[in-house]
Amino acid sequence: MADTPPAKQPAPSETAGAPRPSWGDSPQQLDDWLRIEPDGTVVVFSGKVELGTGVRTALAQIVAEELDVSLARIRMVMGETEHTPDEGYTAGSKTIETSGMTLRRAAATARQALLEMAASELDVTPDELTVQDGAIILPGGEHTAGRRVTFAGLLAGGRFERTISDTAPLKRPEQFQIIGTAAPRLDLPAKFTGQPAFVHDLRLPGMLHARVIRPQRLGASLVSLDANALIEASVIRIGDFVAVVAAREEAAIRAARALHLTWSDDADSPDLPPMKALHDWLRHQPTTDRIVVASGDADAALQHATTQVSATYTMPFQAHASIGPSCAVATFDGEMLTVWSSTQGVYPLRAALASLLQMPEDRLRVNHLEGAGGYGQNGADDVAADAALLARELRQPVRVQWSRADEFAGEPKTSAMIMALRGGLDGHGAVSGWTFDGWTPSHANRPRQAGDFIAGRFVGVPAPQPRGFFLGGDRNAPTDYSFVDQRVLIHWLASVPLRSSSMRSLGAFANCFANESFVDELALAAGVDPLEFRLRYLADPRARAVVETAARRAGWGEPLPAGVGRGMAFARYENTEAYVATVAQVAVDTASGAVRVSSIVVAHDCGQIINPDGVRNQVEGNVIQSLSRALKEEVRFSTKSIISLDWESYPILTFSEVPEIEIELLDHPELPPVGAGEPATVTTAPAVANAIFAACGARVRTIPFTPGRVRAALEATPA
Amino acid sequence: MTITITVDGKRHEVTASPDTPLLYVLRNDLGLNAPLFGCGLEQCGACKVLRGAEAVMTCMLPVGDVDGASITTLAGLVEDGELHPVQQAFLDEQAAQCGYCSNGMIITIAALLWRTPHPTNEQIRDALDGNLCRCGSHGRILRAVRRAETLMWGDENG
Ligand code: FES
Ligand code: FES
Repeated sequence: MADTPPAKQPAPSETAGAPRPSWGDSPQQLDDWLRIEPDGTVVVFSGKVELGTGVRTALAQIVAEELDVSLARIRMVMGETEHTPDEGYTAGSKTIETSGMTLRRAAATARQALLEMAASELDVTPDELTVQDGAIILPGGEHTAGRRVTFAGLLAGGRFERTISDTAPLKRPEQFQIIGTAAPRLDLPAKFTGQPAFVHDLRLPGMLHARVIRPQRLGASLVSLDANALIEASVIRIGDFVAVVAAREEAAIRAARALHLTWSDDADSPDLPPMKALHDWLRHQPTTDRIVVASGDADAALQHATTQVSATYTMPFQAHASIGPSCAVATFDGEMLTVWSSTQGVYPLRAALASLLQMPEDRLRVNHLEGAGGYGQNGADDVAADAALLARELRQPVRVQWSRADEFAGEPKTSAMIMALRGGLDGHGAVSGWTFDGWTPSHANRPRQAGDFIAGRFVGVPAPQPRGFFLGGDRNAPTDYSFVDQRVLIHWLASVPLRSSSMRSLGAFANCFANESFVDELALAAGVDPLEFRLRYLADPRARAVVETAARRAGWGEPLPAGVGRGMAFARYENTEAYVATVAQVAVDTASGAVRVSSIVVAHDCGQIINPDGVRNQVEGNVIQSLSRALKEEVRFSTKSIISLDWESYPILTFSEVPEIEIELLDHPELPPVGAGEPATVTTAPAVANAIFAACGARVRTIPFTPGRVRAALEATPA
Repeated sequence: MTITITVDGKRHEVTASPDTPLLYVLRNDLGLNAPLFGCGLEQCGACKVLRGAEAVMTCMLPVGDVDGASITTLAGLVEDGELHPVQQAFLDEQAAQCGYCSNGMIITIAALLWRTPHPTNEQIRDALDGNLCRCGSHGRILRAVRRAETLMWGDENG
């Protein structure tokens, strides 16, 4: 969910040539963001979208706070190309930080404008006035006509006609009444009572149901098609893009099964490498090498070190694995084509669809409706392309629902990676040299043109060229420790065997796993407790605070029974954002290699907290999802195609496997907020790996930590 | 073929091939938004409804097999505008992120607390293991079970 370019500290790798998508040159007209209806409702237009993380509520809280209205008066309009500003993607947990700030200023500007209008209407100066839930009042004037005017009355249906001001006074943290409170999520009542809530729930009059049929291999071409067996469904074919369409959904499903298709064997994509040899294969591909960090002289320091340690860690392909497979609805009236999609960016999707459909953007409308939690680029954009193509062909509303297998096969995966580390210690156990070599592709491949969609490939648009810029694979490759001599080098892969794109925290999941496991390996070699070892190299008080808090809450150092261990990990997300420290406690059954995680403690500092319950919810979600990724998840493939196409072959964490989770939020109301949607994803895997080591001496360097891998690591451990 | 089912207290006659999964009849013929499609393979629980007092998956259940049955969906748990205690508990605990799994979770828990008013932690986890959640809302959902238990049956000790 994170391929907006980082705002701070551009690493050298990001200067690489070609231009980068520049979404989000947002209009700064106040009326584009905020409108007040005659009944006093405040309509907020946000180009961001709700991804199931509660941003709708958090943004509403921000506006309610600065405008001095109750939350109940706010109506959020989000992600509609016709109505909302272009704010690019909702990604990278940056929504509150960036979009939230724009809305905060918009609301403050509106409040100031309204105060000025009220002052002239009541013939007083603005500082004599107070604002109360959408009304402006003279002292003692709560119920007195002539001493009280409402926002709606002042505007009388008119517009503000001003630009968002950078100087309109913002509230100070101690004045907050809504920000910082655990406001209940606005979207949940519908979801808990069976009201329409998802794109899946949209029904248009005369809407047809479609299923798209594709070969196992991207790039295979259609040899023959026999639709004779179809009764209640018809086939739509556009080039090699094939779909079945029916009035009833189950008829479309049956037709998809009944249709006889032959695809060519000679796909334009080569065979996949054997799954077992994946990382070897990756390591032998051509790369573009970029140094991310070079300080001191890492090689010389390593050479002078009295002890040298090295280790290589690997990350598999993993799936977003949304619980609801992607779905989209589209309709075309001959003039306008409208698509409802759970995309993370309505404007970028519109631009890419324009390229696919060869239609001007002003004849396309993209409206966001929620999907199941996606955590990055799942099938949402691709299914929108499927629906758009079919709607144009059918001139009738059409709903495309991907099957579970379509989703697992079609959604772009987060890429496999390799991280090779070396570290040295001097005679006193101090770090003398640290190097990190990472093999990764760019993690940003969201659709920008026709060939980026799966459908594009089948209607005959060639596969896109590599983009020429690299993003995300280096995230958190640098540590936050003050090692004097270090080098972080990324070997960027032009392509990888499976279609890949953004998933929660991008490369940081794998990079932190490697870094924080290796810190423990070095601490072991130095004979120093991992907590103590980390603190030696952390000067930043906020970093120390999360590490110390997590350790204290987890009872770090207290004795544990045999076979049980504690492990910790720390990171500052993206090296510039939230601070997070995690301590995991695990029990390992050494006979089977099974790992049972009994508890996870997280200390989390994301600056100012807008909605503490929302942040907690995000952190809990991060912990459980990343634990699932650490313990269980790996996309399986043959040399022809992905073969993990259901929940049995791609299992995720179940209730029985969920540990006790304790979270401590360190609030800093005096600091700006930074995202909480991703940080706590990156420290779980290394904390668990370190705990497994503490429990039984097995060092697992490959995700996921399956029983087989733990057993193998145990066997490799010198007795 | 015409099939008669009672859904959320209302009798419906639907014309569908008897092998049609109940899920599609509920969503498309009756226009209900929960159950939801998750896998179509009886692996995730998103499509659950109550058949009588039992939570069942609908994505492979032929509608012909439930002819005459009484089905309650998530919407039908709301009675006279009042939320079912499990729904209320989910709101109180804010027990979701995207909420796509919520239907299956609430239905499963309603059935569990009816059958086993004071379940052990193990019974709760057992009952919910067939329901997948990608967003990691598990902790909140478990807390919601305890809250619902109190709302339904009062405090065990009090
Ligand atoms: S949709 Fe029925 S169990 Fe997944
Ligand atoms: S809340 Fe998203 S799947 Fe459970």
